[in-house]
Amino acid sequence: MSAALAEYPVGPGPAMRRRLSGFVRTLRDSGYAAGQAETVDAARIIACPLADRPERLREALKALFATSRAEAERFDEVFDAFWRGRGARTATRTATSGGAEGADRRFGAGPGGGDVSAPEPLRAPAPEGVEGEGRGRERGASTFDSISKKDFAKLTGESERAAAHELAERLARAMRARLTRRERARAKGRRLDLRATIRRSVARGGEPIDLKFRQRKSKPLRLVALLDASGSMELYVSVFTRFLHAISQTFRQSEAYLFHTRLAHVSAALREPHPPRALDRLSLMAAGVGGGTKIGDCLAEFNRAHAKRALNSRSCVMIFSDGYDTGEPERLAAAMRDLRRRCRRIVWLDPLTGREGFQPIARGLLAAMPYIDLFAPAHDLASLAALEPYLARL
Amino acid sequence: MTIAIPRDAIAARLAEVGYVADRELATALWMMDYLQRPLLLEGEAGVGKTEVAKALAAVHGAELIRMQCYEGLDASSSLYEWNYQRQLIAIKAREFSSESAEAIEAHIFSEHYLLERPLLAAIRRVKPPVLLIDEVDRADEEFEAFLLELLSDFQVTIPEFGTVKAVSIPRVVLTSNGTRELSDALRRRCLYHYLDFPEVDREAAILINRQPGLDAAFALQIARMVAGLRKEELRKTPGVAESLDWAATLAGLGVSDLTAEPEIVHATLIAMLKTREDRVRVTPEVTARLAGKAA
Repeated sequence: MSAALAEYPVGPGPAMRRRLSGFVRTLRDSGYAAGQAETVDAARIIACPLADRPERLREALKALFATSRAEAERFDEVFDAFWRGRGARTATRTATSGGAEGADRRFGAGPGGGDVSAPEPLRAPAPEGVEGEGRGRERGASTFDSISKKDFAKLTGESERAAAHELAERLARAMRARLTRRERARAKGRRLDLRATIRRSVARGGEPIDLKFRQRKSKPLRLVALLDASGSMELYVSVFTRFLHAISQTFRQSEAYLFHTRLAHVSAALREPHPPRALDRLSLMAAGVGGGTKIGDCLAEFNRAHAKRALNSRSCVMIFSDGYDTGEPERLAAAMRDLRRRCRRIVWLDPLTGREGFQPIARGLLAAMPYIDLFAPAHDLASLAALEPYLARL
Repeated sequence: MTIAIPRDAIAARLAEVGYVADRELATALWMMDYLQRPLLLEGEAGVGKTEVAKALAAVHGAELIRMQCYEGLDASSSLYEWNYQRQLIAIKAREFSSESAEAIEAHIFSEHYLLERPLLAAIRRVKPPVLLIDEVDRADEEFEAFLLELLSDFQVTIPEFGTVKAVSIPRVVLTSNGTRELSDALRRRCLYHYLDFPEVDREAAILINRQPGLDAAFALQIARMVAGLRKEELRKTPGVAESLDWAATLAGLGVSDLTAEPEIVHATLIAMLKTREDRVRVTPEVTARLAGKAA
């Protein structure tokens, strides 16, 4: 740091440096990725006579530290709180600690909000499928039979729930591993790449001996998950959230949304690598549950505000919902029709299918049915695992 | 190191070349020079991201080198490529000459046979150019990583040729529409500015700046009307280019008050509304309501 600062004779004094590093710490606490390089540059800006007024300094540091629109928008608040003394650190701290309790309640994290560690019986077998062969799943499934075939709603006790969460996470990661392997196996070209062949032939004195091929690169599958977090889904939300968390961690191009009476974009919260902390952030965003489910309105909102960015021709939309909708069925049907046009596949996962005598008669489900490509059960881990071959074919 | 121009001077000079910037953008442009970091501009289509780079080039009197990103963009179409056809001809022509193999090789892998692509061109100019990497979110993730390397070292290694160091450090502007999430590493490497649709006053200033002779009060009316239109739930929100087109159309037709000629105003909205759905949604009544509010 001092080396870089040495070029600037009017560099900040020691008091100012301490203040600056305090500010950088505050930024990190507030979720900004502020590294050493940024700190050095910030010191240079402070030293520069052109940034003498507070609002100029604020604008300059904003351009430096913010890396997204959301970060740019809340930067002013953090800046003012720190440099004009309004206690931002206390504010962020309370927000997170308050959230932990909420997460325990709603998402069933382990006792005390600590790590959800796998109980003993699950440790022994290798993480299924991660490095195994194609048959790994079947083998794994029989080992985990007791839990993987058990309806999520019937999981009893902390340990069983934690085990299911852990399995859901492994399952999502294993899916990724298998999907990518499948793509690699197809790496044989179809069309001759004349230009590259000639380029290769230069080394052989102009004789085209090494042929080069071209192949259309298959775009990675994009998963967009919409999770119904309404009261009727309460028993399932926690395990689905864990599943989505792992998907967000492994599929880089995935997006997740939560809905009940309104829609919340939760991808950012799910990118938090530590599961309990991710659930904390999620529970804050999901606040305000209750008062029915407006699936149609939420999907329409998704189409309007997010679809353009989140969807492309390779997108698979997964809707986790029981289809109990308190809105107008026509509205849901219209939103589904619009959504269908914008993506490749719509998969509807219904956790109630595991119940005895299940009939798809929920009003919302009937309205949405014509636009669904795959209607699948999602009441246990085995049914989630069964999704993978379908996704691999996309 | 290039001399950084103070923020206010940048804003003034941008206005001279026809770009009306807000304060935060002017600050970001000043910092680009001061810290020698690239600038990442995000914002919806049509807010004038590409224009920023063009204006920046005009301000510095520098060359603008533009690289449009697309899926499948790779090093050979962005950095350099050998001119294979010419190399082959050269080999064939020397087949029966007495030159040694080494001499031929040195000859065909010389500067003469190198095709410069935008990235290589940008670091080999004597006067620092403005390098615009447009819609970087359309390129693949691998390309992003490659770009990151270039943006931090400003040097390129060509196996047959050696390492090419930057003659001058270009001013780099990256734009993104947000079709794909960019990597954190790239974001952190860059300064960040979110470009929004201009507020009414600034849009009016842009209209007057680009359309000399446009009445100031009328420009304000148009800007208000456009702002109203952007609040409607449209499929394609009209950008600044669209409002410029529309203002030019209205001026060309001799309209000087939006409420005076409702039919012409509604008919010319085709310059703004570019999907059938939007066209249907904005009925003559909606146009009249918005025009009434804007006047």
